Amino acid sequence: MNELSIDKLKSRFQEKIDNDIKIEPNDWMPDDYRQTLIRQISQHAHSEIVGMLPEGNWITRAPNLRRKAVLLAKVQDEAGHGLYLYSAAETLGADREETIDDLHTGKAKYSSIFNYPTLTWADMGAIGWLVDGAAIMNQVPLCRCSYGPYARAMVRVCKEESFHQRQGFEIMSTLANGSPEQKAMAQDALNRFWWPALMMFGPNDAESKHTEQSMRWKIKRNTNDELRQQFIDVTVPQAAMIGLTIPDKDMQFNEDTGNYIHGPINWDEFWEVVKGNGPCNKDRIDVRRRAKENGEWVREAANAYAEKRARRKSA
Amino acid sequence: MSKKEWPLWEVFIRSKAGLNHKHVGSLRAADAKMAVVNARDVYTRRSEGISIWVVESKDVYASDPSDADSLFEPADSKIYRHPTFYDVPDGISHM
Ligand SMILES: [Fe+2]
Ligand SMILES: [Fe+2]
Repeated sequence: MNELSIDKLKSRFQEKIDNDIKIEPNDWMPDDYRQTLIRQISQHAHSEIVGMLPEGNWITRAPNLRRKAVLLAKVQDEAGHGLYLYSAAETLGADREETIDDLHTGKAKYSSIFNYPTLTWADMGAIGWLVDGAAIMNQVPLCRCSYGPYARAMVRVCKEESFHQRQGFEIMSTLANGSPEQKAMAQDALNRFWWPALMMFGPNDAESKHTEQSMRWKIKRNTNDELRQQFIDVTVPQAAMIGLTIPDKDMQFNEDTGNYIHGPINWDEFWEVVKGNGPCNKDRIDVRRRAKENGEWVREAANAYAEKRARRKSA
Repeated sequence: MSKKEWPLWEVFIRSKAGLNHKHVGSLRAADAKMAVVNARDVYTRRSEGISIWVVESKDVYASDPSDADSLFEPADSKIYRHPTFYDVPDGISHM
């Protein structure tokens, strides 16, 4: 390699980004770009994996076989999303075991939405419709992220997400058109998941310290508030269509911009959940940790079997 | 923490007969056989493929991106390798 100063390398790197040339694993990149991506991609991976738990809670209690098959397929997709993302993080030099251990020790974060409990079947509807809906809003721009492996993983993920949102909306709309009890159940799920779903986009732009640099690197293409607004604007009419009420008495429609302006978000609640004090934080991590510990013997057995087969082959 | 991590495998998928296998990503598995089965579950849940190749990542030898200029520049400068380099008189067809 020629002797290039760091400054020169950095300006070449930014030039590539500005010209929409993707960065690939072996390309030179500034260390803070690498660290930012490792943090973001592994958090994203953890969210997919932990995100299986609230829905996994209802697989055995799905109301019929069709719903059960759909929910199983959806949860299996989320496992796949986690795996695409852990692989993408590995291309940056992150060690997979360490990455997972960081989740289990609480060092790494995941989306705080998954720290809320799923109390009724209607929550499966609210999650698919709102949580996957919000995830799609976040993930579509990530398909154009400057880091190749992350962008490609997002393309796969986005292709799979649209069924997730539709199956959730179908559950909600079926309940909303059902008996008064079913409709009340759907409304209750919307009431509980609406605000946490808005919080999924992260703090207000003014409070979001990484946004500016991430946008310069084209890791991020839109600000938190922009994406939140887009989500609200598409979701409010969907709720109206199935006769459910958005639980925001301060919400107003701005005739000039065509935007629905939401009331104040309870950011204290958001930060409490991020800090680990949400209703299910401890349980989610306990379950993940136990899964890893209880699977240890399986991984060891697979290693032993692979070694035995390799020995037999070389003999 | 497990003692020995499963190795990393690169996964290539042929989406249909007549097309090349194409790199789709990577995964962890104890051996090649398990890598194929895992690749089926991770990368072909929606009939994305009819054939899977797996190669242990450590066996892939890649060109160095910083050598790209010297490796690929010679191809850029030989424009006479392209049909558009040549003048074909008006009236000549099928060429
Ligand atoms: Fe997902
Ligand atoms: Fe999803």
